[in-house]
Amino acid sequence: MSSPEPPAAARRLTIARAISEAIGQEMARDPSVLVMGEDIAKLGGVFGTTTGLLDRFGPERVRDAPISETAFIGAAVGLAAAGMRPIVELMFVDFFGVCMDAIYNLAAKQCYFSGGQVTCPMVLMTSVGGGYGDAGQHSQCLYATFGHLPGMKVVIPSNAHDAKGLMLAAIRDPNPVIFMYHKALQGMGWLGTVQRSITDAPEGDYIVPIGEAACVREGDDMTIVGLGLSVHHALDAAKSLAAQGISAEVIDLRTVAPLDRVTIRASVRKTGRLLVVDDDYLSYGIGAEIIASVCEDPTITLRARPIRIAHPDIPVPFTPVMEHFVLPDAAKVVAAATILMETDR
Amino acid sequence: MTRSGNRNDRLWMYATMVKSRHFEALIKPAYFEGKTPVFNMAKGPLPGEMHLSDGQEPCAVGVCAHLTAGDTVTATHRPHHIAIAKGVDLNGMAAEIFGKATGLSGGRGGHMHLFDARVNFACSGIVAQGLGPAVGAALAAKLRGEPHVAVAFLGEGAANQGAFHEALNLASVWRVPVVFVIEDNGYGISVSKRACTAIARNADRAAAYGMPGHFVAGNDPDAIYAVAGATIARARRDEGPSLIEIETYRLEGHFIGDAEGYRPGGEVDGLKAIDPIPLYRARLLADGFDAADLDAVEVEARNLVAAAFAAARAAAYPEPQEAFTHVFA
Repeated sequence: MSSPEPPAAARRLTIARAISEAIGQEMARDPSVLVMGEDIAKLGGVFGTTTGLLDRFGPERVRDAPISETAFIGAAVGLAAAGMRPIVELMFVDFFGVCMDAIYNLAAKQCYFSGGQVTCPMVLMTSVGGGYGDAGQHSQCLYATFGHLPGMKVVIPSNAHDAKGLMLAAIRDPNPVIFMYHKALQGMGWLGTVQRSITDAPEGDYIVPIGEAACVREGDDMTIVGLGLSVHHALDAAKSLAAQGISAEVIDLRTVAPLDRVTIRASVRKTGRLLVVDDDYLSYGIGAEIIASVCEDPTITLRARPIRIAHPDIPVPFTPVMEHFVLPDAAKVVAAATILMETDR
Repeated sequence: MTRSGNRNDRLWMYATMVKSRHFEALIKPAYFEGKTPVFNMAKGPLPGEMHLSDGQEPCAVGVCAHLTAGDTVTATHRPHHIAIAKGVDLNGMAAEIFGKATGLSGGRGGHMHLFDARVNFACSGIVAQGLGPAVGAALAAKLRGEPHVAVAFLGEGAANQGAFHEALNLASVWRVPVVFVIEDNGYGISVSKRACTAIARNADRAAAYGMPGHFVAGNDPDAIYAVAGATIARARRDEGPSLIEIETYRLEGHFIGDAEGYRPGGEVDGLKAIDPIPLYRARLLADGFDAADLDAVEVEARNLVAAAFAAARAAAYPEPQEAFTHVFA
C-alpha cells in the first residue's frame, strides 16, 4: 500500500477511479488499446471502471456490446491475436459461465498452442465478492477457479494505488490478465466501501508488477495472507491482535496467478505461523494452495498448524443472517489467530 | 382475444396486474429503509439488487392466463409480475424477498432466485439461461404424454445470447411444447435495443428456427392474451414451439437506485402516461365492466399483498446455520 514515490500533492482515489484513470492514460499512450463490454460506454461501467472514456475516446474505441459474451470475449481474443490490446469488462465474475470457452480454451492457450507465434494481450475485468445481499449468482469470487487454469494471470487490488498500477501492468502484459475488483472496495456511491481502499495514487505512469505480493504490515508472531477485501479484514484483525500483544504480519497477495510464493515463504519463515483469509470457496482454494506451498518448503519450520478461513463450500446465500454467518470478517480472523497462538508447538 | 372474450380472464388479468403493481409499490419504501440518508445497497431489510416490474405486467398476465400449475415457467432477474401471475405463493415470495425463514427457499435465494415447485416456477439472475430449462421441462411433458407446456420469459437483450438461438433451434428440432416470450422493454440496463440488436423485430428471428414468430405491439393485455392463447394451444396440440415478442415498458430503472441517465428526457413521463393498468381499467369500463367489480378485485388484490408483506416482516429470520442445509438433496 505504500507508494514507491509519494505524489507531490496526495490525491485520494477510489479503485473505480484508479481503474478508469489507468485505462484512459493507456488509451492516450497506445492507440491499440480499446474497451468493450456491457454498459461501459454511456454508463461508464456499472462499477465505474470506464467513467469518462467514451467522451474522451469516442465510440470506436469505447464500445457498448450486446449481451453476447461468447461473441465479444471471443472477439477480444481475435483482436489480441491481431495485435490490438482489448480491455473487456464482464460486470460480474458470476456471469463467466457463458463464455468460458473463449477464456480458458482460447485466450489462455493461444500462446502455448501456437508455440509463442500468437500472443493474447487482453485484459478481462470483472467484479467479485458479496456481503451486500445479492445472492449466489452475483456474489462469488472464483479467484481459485481462474487461478487454477494455466495461461492466464489473475490480479485483484486491495486499494486504489495498486489498482492503477496493476491495470497499467495488465494492459501492457502480453498475456491474458483477469483483472478482478472487489465490490466492497470499489468506491461506488450505491455500495459501501472500505475506506482504507481509497488511497493516493500518482497521477503519472507507474506499474505494480504482476506476480508480486506486498507486505502491508510487518509483524513477528504470524503471517496473515489476504487478497482484495480480506486484506482489510486482516489489517483490522492485526490491529486488534496488537492490542493483545500479538504481532501479525499482513501480506496482500495482489496477484493470484502467478502466485508470489517467495514473499509468502519469506514471511512465514520469519513468523512460523500462517493464516490465510479468503472469501472464495474453501475447498481446492487459495488457502490450500498457499498452505501447501509453505509446507513444501523444507527451510520453513512451522510453530503451529496453518489455518485457512474462507467461504464454506455452499452457494452464497441471500439472507443477510446466513451470508454474514459464512463470510470471513475481522472477528473471525482474530479468533483464528488466537487459536494459532494457543497451538504453539 | 376479442373484447367479447372471456370476461373472467379479463377481470383476472386486471386484478393480477394490480396485485403485481401493489407488490412493487410496497417493495419500494421497504427497500429504502436503512438506505437513507446514505444509499448503500447492502443495508436495510431488502439488501442487494432489486429489479421492479412496473409497466411489464401485461406480458405476465396475458401469457399466464392460459397456464395451469402443471405448466412450467422460467423467468428472469425481473420476476415478480410473472411469479405472481403464475400463482407463486404470495406469502412465501414476500418472505423470501425479506430473507425470512418462511420464504419460498428459507431465505437462500432472494428476489432473483424465486422457486415454487408447487406451480413449476423458477427464475434466475443469469441472462437467457431460463430457455434451456424450459425446453427440458417441455420435453419432459412430451415424453410423459402430459398435457403441459413450458414458457420461457426473457428480455430483448437476452435475444442476443447464444443460449437464445440454441434453445430455439433445439425446441424446433425436437418439436417440444414450449413458448418463448420476449419482454422487450427497450433497454438492457443502460444499452438500448436499437444500439445492440441487428434487426428491428426479434420475432423475425423465429423464421431462422422454423417456428412462428409473433410481435405484439402496445403493451396490450388483450392482444398478448390472444397471441399467447393461440401459441400455447398450438404447443398443447403438439404442433411445436413459438416465439412471441412483446413491446412493453419498464417504468422504473434497471434496479432501484438506477439514475437512468441513459433515457432521453421526458421518456419516463411519457411511459407513465400510457401506464397499462389505468388504460386497461378504462377499456374494461368501456366494455361494460362494472366499476364496483373492478374496485372489489383491486381491493382484494391489495389486501392480499399487504397481508403477505405484513407476514413477511413479522416472520423470523432463519437460523444462520441453516445456510449449510439443502446444498445437496
